[in-house]
Amino acid sequence: MKIGAPKEIFEGENRVAMTPDSALQLQKLGHECFIEAGAGAKAGFSDAAYEAAGVKVLKTAAAVFKEVDVVAKVRPPTEAETKRLGTGQTLISFFYPAQNKELLELANKQGATVVAMDMVPRISRAQKMDALSSMANIAGYRAVIEAGSNFGRFFTGQVTAAGKVPPAKVLIIGAGVAGLAAIGTSTSLGAITYAFDVRPEVAEQIESMGAEFVYLDFAEQTQDGAATGGYAAPSSPEFREAQLKKFRELAPEMDIVISTALIPGRDAPVLWTKDMVEAMKPGSVIVDLAAERGGNCELTVKDEKIVTPNGVTIVGYTDFPSRMAAQASTLYSTNIRHMMTDLTPAKDGVVNHNMEDDVIRGATVTHAGAITFPPPPPKIQAIAAQKPKEKAKELTPEERRAAEVAAFKAQTRSQVTLLGVGGALILLAGLFAPASFMQHFIVFVLAVFVGFQVIWNVSHSLHTPLMAVTNAISSIIILGALLQIGSGSFLVILLAALSVFMAGINIFGGFMVTRRMLAMFQKS
Amino acid sequence: MDYGFTTAAYVVAAVLFILSLGGLSGQESAKRAVWYGIVGMALAVLATLAGPGSGLWPLSVLLVLAGGVIGWIVAQRVQMTEMPQLVAAMHSLVGLAAVFVGFNAHFELGRVLPMDEAAREALTGFAAVLAHKSPVEVNILRIELFLGVFIGAVTFTGSVIAFGKLAGRVTSKAEKLPGGHVLNAGAAALSAICLVWYFNTGGFLPLVLMTLAALFIGYHLIMGIGGADMPVVVSMLNSYSGWAAAAIGFSLSNDLLIVVGALVGSSGAILSYIMCKAMNRSFISVILGGFGNTTGPAMEIAGEQIAIDAEGVAAALNDADSVIIVPGYGMAVAQAQQSVAELTRKLRAKGKEVRFGIHPVAGRLPGHMNVLLAEAKVPYDIVLEMDEINDDFPSTDVAIVIGSNDIVNPAAQEDPNSPIAGMPVLEVWKAKQVFVSKRGQGTGYSGIENPLFYKENTRMFYGDAKKSVDSLLPMLD
Repeated sequence: MKIGAPKEIFEGENRVAMTPDSALQLQKLGHECFIEAGAGAKAGFSDAAYEAAGVKVLKTAAAVFKEVDVVAKVRPPTEAETKRLGTGQTLISFFYPAQNKELLELANKQGATVVAMDMVPRISRAQKMDALSSMANIAGYRAVIEAGSNFGRFFTGQVTAAGKVPPAKVLIIGAGVAGLAAIGTSTSLGAITYAFDVRPEVAEQIESMGAEFVYLDFAEQTQDGAATGGYAAPSSPEFREAQLKKFRELAPEMDIVISTALIPGRDAPVLWTKDMVEAMKPGSVIVDLAAERGGNCELTVKDEKIVTPNGVTIVGYTDFPSRMAAQASTLYSTNIRHMMTDLTPAKDGVVNHNMEDDVIRGATVTHAGAITFPPPPPKIQAIAAQKPKEKAKELTPEERRAAEVAAFKAQTRSQVTLLGVGGALILLAGLFAPASFMQHFIVFVLAVFVGFQVIWNVSHSLHTPLMAVTNAISSIIILGALLQIGSGSFLVILLAALSVFMAGINIFGGFMVTRRMLAMFQKS
Repeated sequence: MDYGFTTAAYVVAAVLFILSLGGLSGQESAKRAVWYGIVGMALAVLATLAGPGSGLWPLSVLLVLAGGVIGWIVAQRVQMTEMPQLVAAMHSLVGLAAVFVGFNAHFELGRVLPMDEAAREALTGFAAVLAHKSPVEVNILRIELFLGVFIGAVTFTGSVIAFGKLAGRVTSKAEKLPGGHVLNAGAAALSAICLVWYFNTGGFLPLVLMTLAALFIGYHLIMGIGGADMPVVVSMLNSYSGWAAAAIGFSLSNDLLIVVGALVGSSGAILSYIMCKAMNRSFISVILGGFGNTTGPAMEIAGEQIAIDAEGVAAALNDADSVIIVPGYGMAVAQAQQSVAELTRKLRAKGKEVRFGIHPVAGRLPGHMNVLLAEAKVPYDIVLEMDEINDDFPSTDVAIVIGSNDIVNPAAQEDPNSPIAGMPVLEVWKAKQVFVSKRGQGTGYSGIENPLFYKENTRMFYGDAKKSVDSLLPMLD
C-alpha cells in the first residue's frame, strides 16, 4: 500500500504525520511512503532527509491525495481536504468525530475510511498508538517551560551571596497524562509542586512523581476512574464547592498554576475563578491547558497570552505540541506507525481492516460506506476496577476475649478427648497384659510423648541434621545385638555380630555426617 | 547379677538423647546437641558392654570399631548433595539389624523354653532374661519380636529402594507391579495370618514367611512413590526404623531401646506430617503413591515461554535492590550451590538485599536446601522459610528460581483442577521480575505444566544451573 502525508494547512501547525524514521519502519511493513514537499520543514525534517529514507517527495498536496491509499495527517482534515478523499482511501488523523459531525458525514459520503487517532481505546495493548497521551505528555512538559519563561523568578530555591531565593510553588490541577508530565517537569526544575485531582486513586501516582497531593476532605462517594475509561467524570455541585474553597485557600500562595482538567465530551470545568486570579501575587503565571474547550480559568483567552490588571500572566495557547514540533512529530508518527503495524498484521504491505479488533474498531469512525461512530464498548475492560480494600474487622476487646475463650475451650475439649481415649486404651491393655509389659509400656508412651513435644520445636532448616541424628540414634538397636551376642548358638552369634557391625557403621557415620552438616551453618 | 549401674547409665543416656533432639531447635545449640547424642550413645554402648552384654565383648568392641571406621570414612567422603542417599542407606542398616536381632530373640526363645528349671537357672545374659518370663509374657514377647522383624524388614527394603531412587540407580518414577496396592494388601494379610500362626505355635516358618512378605511390602511400597515425595518417604522410613527399635526393645525388655526407638519413631512421624502438610496432601495419599485423580481438565495456559540470556539477567540484577532466590532440586543436581553462594556474596557486597526462600519440600530430603546452602557458606539468617518470605515478593525487584518447579507453580492457587491445587507455594510471580533457571522446557516431578513460565514478568534462563549462574558472575559489576 501507499502511505502519504500532506503538509498541515492549519494555521500555526508545525507538526507532520510522517518522519524519515517512521517512514523507514513503514517500509519494513511493505508499504511505500510519500510526502508533500516541505511538509516536515517546520518540524525540522528536510525533503532531502525524507528522500534519503526512501520516501518519494511529491510537489503538491493534491498529488499526494491522488497517489496514495492511506493519508496520514495530524489535524482533522478541512472540508477541502475531505473532498479530495476517494472511495477506498483511508485517512488516519485526529478527527474528533463527536464535534465534527458534518465532516464525518462528508467523509462517509466520499466513501473513505477514517481512523481517528483520538478514538483509540485506552487499553494496555493500544498504548503504543495512544496519540492523545503522547501529545498530552508534550503539552504538560511545555506548559511548565512556558510558565517558566513568563515567570520572573527561579523555580528552585537558592541561597546565594546576593541573597536568598525562595522556591516557586506550583499547583497542577488534574493529574492525567499532561498533569503528571507537568508534575515531573516542575519537580525536576526544583519547584515545590502540589497537585490536585478529583480521582483519589491517582494520589499514589502524584506522590510517585514527587508532588504533594492536595487532599480534599469530602465525604462523598469517591469517583472510580475505571468506570469512565480512566478519565474524570463531572462532580457534584457540593464537591465543586469544596474544591473551589480549597483552591481559594491555595491561590495567594501559588506562583504558578497549570490546569489540565478536562472531562471527555464536555466543556472544561471552571476551577480557577476571577477572584482566585485576583488573589494571586503579581508576576504569577497561569497556564491553561484546557483553553481549547473554554479553559479552566475564568479569564483565559483562547490562543492568547494576557496579563491581568494585577500582573498575573494567563497563557491560553492551544498548540503546545506544535510548539515542540520535532518531538511531537516523532512521537505522533510513531503512533501512526504502530497503528499501521496493527492494520497490516502480515507485514506484507496489505491493509487488513479488521473490524473485530477492539483497537481498530474503536478508532474507525467511518468504514465501507457506513458511519461506525460511536463504537461499542471494548470487549476487554480498559482498566482493572479498583478492588475495594477489605479491612480486617477490628474486634472489640470483648469479642477477642470471647474468641480466645472459645478457642481455649475447643482446645481443652480435644485434648481431654484424646487423653480420655488414650487413657481408656491403656487401661484396657493393662487389664490383659502382665505387669512387666505395662512397665515398659509406660516408658514407651512417655518417650513418644517427649518425642512429640521436643520435635515440634526443631527449626525447619535443621530437618536434615535432625534426620541424620535420629538415624544415628536409631542404631541404639546395637544394644539388642550386644545383649544377644554372648549367649546362645553360633547362628545367634553370627546374626548378632552382623547387627553390631552394621549398627557400628551407622553410629559413627550418622554422627559424623551430622557434625559436618552443622559445622557448615554460620551466621552472616 | 544386678545391673543397677547399667540402668543408671541408661537413664543418663536417655536424657542425653532427648537433649540432643531438643537442641536442634537452633543452629548454634545444634552443634552442642550432637555431642549430647554422641556421649549418650557411647554411654549406652559402654554400659551394656560392661553389664548385661559382656559376653564375647572383645568381639563386640572389634566389630563396633570396624563398622565405625567404615562409617567414618563414608561420612567423610560423601558429598553434601548425596546426603539423601546416605541417610536412606543408613536406615536400611538399622532395619536389617532389627530383623537379625528379632530372629535371634526367636532362636533364643526356642532354645530356652524346652529347658527345665535347673538348666534355666544356669543361663546367663539374654537367655536368662527369657528364662524368667511367664507364659503370658512369652506370648507378648512373640508379638513384640514379630512386629520388630516386620517393621525392620519393611524398613530395610524400603530404604534400599529409596537409596536407589535418590542415587538415580532406580527410576524415580512411581512404578507398581500389576495388581498395585492389592499386592501390598495381600502381603500385609499374609503377615497378619502368620502372626496368628506364630503366636499359637512359635514355629520358625511363619516368621520367615512374614519376613519375606514384609520385605516385599517395603520394596513395592517405595517403588510406587515418585521422586518428588522422597522427603516424606525418607522421614517415614526414619520413623519406621525407630518403631522397629522400640518393638525389639520390648521383646528384649530393654527400656533404653524403647525410649530411643519411641523418640526416633515419633520424630520421624512428625517430620512426615510436616512434609505432607507443606504439600497439602494427606499422609495416606503420599504412601499410596502418585498424585490423586483430578476432577477436571487443567486450566489452559496462554502465552509463551520467553527466553533470556545471561546479559539480560545480569542487567536486571545490577538494577535490582532486592533479590530473592528460590532454589530447588535442580540446584542440587547441578551442584550449583557454590556458584549461587558466590552470586549472593557479589550482590550483597554491592549493598543489595539478597534472601533465599525455601519451600518445606524443596529437594529430596527435609531441609535439603538449607544444608546445601550452608555447605556453600550462605549465612543461615538470610535463608528464610516460605511463610517468612511469601509476603515480601510483591516488594521484591527480582526473584530467581533455580531448578525448582512445582513449589513455585501458581496453578496451586489459581487452578482448582490442578493436581497440586491447594498446595502452599512460593509466590515468586508477584515479584517485579522472575528469572527461571531451568535445563529445558520439561515439567517438574509432578509432571504438570507450570503457568509461571508463561507469565508476562517471567523470563526463562535455559541451561545447566551451575553454568548459567557462573556465566552471570563476571557480568555483575
